[in-house]
Amino acid sequence: MLTEEQQLIQDMARNFANDILKPKAVEREENHEIEESVRRQLAELGFLGMTIDPEWDGAGADYVSYALALMEVAAGDGAVSTMLSVHNAPFLAILDKFASDAQKEKWMKPAARGEFIGCFALTEAHAGSDASALRTRAVKTDGGYIINGSKQFISSARIGGATILFAVTDPEAGKKGLSAFYARNDIKGFNIAGVEEKMGQMASDTCALQFDDMFLPDENLIGKEGQGYGIALSSLETGRIGIASQSVGMAQAAFDYALAYSKERTSFGKPIFEHQAVQFRLADADTKLEAARQLILHAARMKDAGIPCLREAAMAKLFASEIAEEVCSAAIQTLGGYGYLREYPVEKIYRDVRICQIYEGTSDIQKIIIARQMA
Amino acid sequence: MDFQLSEEQIAIQDMARSFAENEMMPYVEEWDEKKIFPVDTLRAAADLGLGGIYSDPDYGGSGLGRLDSVVIFEELAAACPSTAAFLSIHNMASWMVSQFASDTLKSKYLPDMLSMNKIASYCLTEPGSGSDAAALRSTAELDGDEYVLNGSKAFISGAGRSDVYVVMVRTGDEGPKGISCVIVENGTEGLSFGAQERKMGWNSQPTAQVQFDNCRIPVSNRVGNEGDGFKIAMAGLDGGRLNIAACSIGAARASITATIQYMNERKQFGKPLAAFQALQFRLADMATELDAARLMLHRGATSLDNKIPEATKHCAMAKRFATDVGFNVVNEALQLHGGYGYLRDFPLERYLRDLRVHQILEGTNEIMRVIIARAMLQE
Ligand SMILES: Cc1cc2nc3c(=O)[nH]c(=O)nc-3n(C[C@H](O)[C@H](O)[C@H](O)COP(=O)(O)OP(=O)(O)OC[C@H]3O[C@@H](n4cnc5c(N)ncnc54)[C@H](O)[C@@H]3O)c2cc1C
Ligand SMILES: Cc1cc2nc3c(=O)[nH]c(=O)nc-3n(C[C@H](O)[C@H](O)[C@H](O)COP(=O)(O)OP(=O)(O)OC[C@H]3O[C@@H](n4cnc5c(N)ncnc54)[C@H](O)[C@@H]3O)c2cc1C
Repeated sequence: MLTEEQQLIQDMARNFANDILKPKAVEREENHEIEESVRRQLAELGFLGMTIDPEWDGAGADYVSYALALMEVAAGDGAVSTMLSVHNAPFLAILDKFASDAQKEKWMKPAARGEFIGCFALTEAHAGSDASALRTRAVKTDGGYIINGSKQFISSARIGGATILFAVTDPEAGKKGLSAFYARNDIKGFNIAGVEEKMGQMASDTCALQFDDMFLPDENLIGKEGQGYGIALSSLETGRIGIASQSVGMAQAAFDYALAYSKERTSFGKPIFEHQAVQFRLADADTKLEAARQLILHAARMKDAGIPCLREAAMAKLFASEIAEEVCSAAIQTLGGYGYLREYPVEKIYRDVRICQIYEGTSDIQKIIIARQMA
Repeated sequence: MDFQLSEEQIAIQDMARSFAENEMMPYVEEWDEKKIFPVDTLRAAADLGLGGIYSDPDYGGSGLGRLDSVVIFEELAAACPSTAAFLSIHNMASWMVSQFASDTLKSKYLPDMLSMNKIASYCLTEPGSGSDAAALRSTAELDGDEYVLNGSKAFISGAGRSDVYVVMVRTGDEGPKGISCVIVENGTEGLSFGAQERKMGWNSQPTAQVQFDNCRIPVSNRVGNEGDGFKIAMAGLDGGRLNIAACSIGAARASITATIQYMNERKQFGKPLAAFQALQFRLADMATELDAARLMLHRGATSLDNKIPEATKHCAMAKRFATDVGFNVVNEALQLHGGYGYLRDFPLERYLRDLRVHQILEGTNEIMRVIIARAMLQE
């Protein structure tokens, strides 16, 4: 039961995915890069500021629409969906919630117009699941802060324009000693120490960052000193709806391909779809996808209604990312030997979707969050 | 019932382990990344007798059993499942010659195959027939004392690089009884290869189509009798499936070893990952399931060694279970490494990519269930 507007956005996203994203997904993977024109086209569609109010140059769409669009984009190319997802939430979601009007004017508006891609730099080599253990230091100096330290696994940092990063302003205060900053990726001291080689999502650059005496003026502090940890966690509801949507989108694409294949390919004198083992596996996959989609839309509707949905978003992320891998693996199996070849799309989708159980909080971390709601 | 390996088997295991550690481990990442087929390494393995593990000693084979074989493949796969699996395919093809070919044919090919001076491929699958292998359509027509081959084979491991192709072709009517097994040498006129397939894993060995276009071979290159080809191919696969299962187990074992170390070293929330109960239990499950898979594999190998009637079923069960468990164990290990598991710098994602195909080839795991159920319902 989608509204007309939601359907319209879904259609737009689907067309874009089919026409622009899908045909070049393999090329993007090989080039290890998302071409600049993709950003421009996403911007034109309004997808780079989807839930931001038009007053701030966003598209003003609801979270249901956002989830639907992400699913379609992910079905076109998982790596592009990662870029899109990080840009909208956490990046824009944080600015929307915590930036001052002056900061919004200066940073959020152009970002919501899609003039550049935003990044989110929380994780460090020693602080992954436990984001409170950050070591990157921000030392107060005249008129600003000097940042030193490093970040690990930062999506889009090479192609991106700006980053929200988290650093320790008060080493004595633990979680309360963290602060959030805004940095452009081209300033002095913002260095990309390396781009990771990964199993999948190769077109999305995952970077190790090194901050060497990077100066940020006072006005680049987001919120107040010490608010960083809260800011980092604040956007996770939407972030998780995002990853869940990516999961379902990718898995749906693999499923659709496998289903069509199963009706064409014959063995033992009939289409393999006619073998119950094949058919039942696809029935299971379809069921899981539907359940995941409903969990996501439920969380998104709560978000749209202004109801806290930490639990529901965590459940959606946990469930969707796990069934997505199962569905993609089932798709590979359905194609038999062909499923293992690059010439067919499903092995890539499998490699791409595998990350969804890890980033934005691993499955274990989602369980911790869900359990905490029960405690 | 004795769950211990014999002294001799332990010695064989040590030999294979040290070969894997010294001759394979240092290079495996490069083989994967640059798609290198390590022919010299394979020949070095053959120098240790691993080119014909259960083949005829009179022709240079090692004359060992299937249990010895799975012990060896587990060790090799702990370093590189893809290379180990290729060696398994070579062993399977050579053994078919060793077991079913005439002495003349054996003299002609076997010594070179067992020393891996000549590398062998196994050619059953065709573009239109994978699971239903008995529906294959490549033909060999008799013309004087020659067969004229036409048709194509798909997904052939080693294609283009192997010297000897052990090929299942149709010499008679439709169905399994119309199939024969023949040897085609590389360089034979009319034999050509398709482009190298690009794959999720198994990058240390080539995979390509093999094409026959009026390809002439002497009738004396037939292995066994006319019409026996399918039986020979399936006999080869019994052992092949055990070895593939062993390859999954080897990589899974290595993943568990890496994970134990990682869990002890990696700290989050002020304590090692090893301190979290959920992760401890996951590790316990991984080890339990892997152990079950290995036990089942050793049982299957023993059944085949003893030629008991249930051997084919036991091999199918072991292949289905061990390749599923192996994949799942590696997948859990990857997850336990968090974001690092997703990186090429760590071996988990390579093991995962390599192991995925073990659930598909040498008969998909659905076909294993077909075999098992058929045997049960007929019993
Ligand atoms: C491709 C990619 C893109 C990424 N993009 C970004 C980005 O843009 N920005 C960013 O900041 N980060 C990003 N990340 C980092 C990602 O969010 C982290 O990898 C993730 O949070 C896990 O942290 P870790 O890798 O350090 O794993 P660890 O925290 O070391 O976890 C290892 C294992 O232990 C488990 N575990 C940890 N703690 C507990 C516990 N208390 N109880 C039970 N189990 C536990 C985990 O579930 C996991 O299985 C990205 C990562 C990847 C791989
Ligand atoms: C990397 C690689 C290397 C290989 N190496 C070799 C080699 O060296 N030599 C060789 O001969 N072959 C080789 N193969 C081929 C491999 O054995 C086949 O891919 C495999 O047997 C499956 O056949 P298929 O791909 O045609 O799948 P299909 O037979 O088309 O099967 C598609 C799907 O349908 C299912 N299915 C089919 N029939 C049934 C049924 N009756 N009931 C339930 N489900 C069914 C299958 O399980 C599978 O999930 C290789 C394959 C790969 C990917």
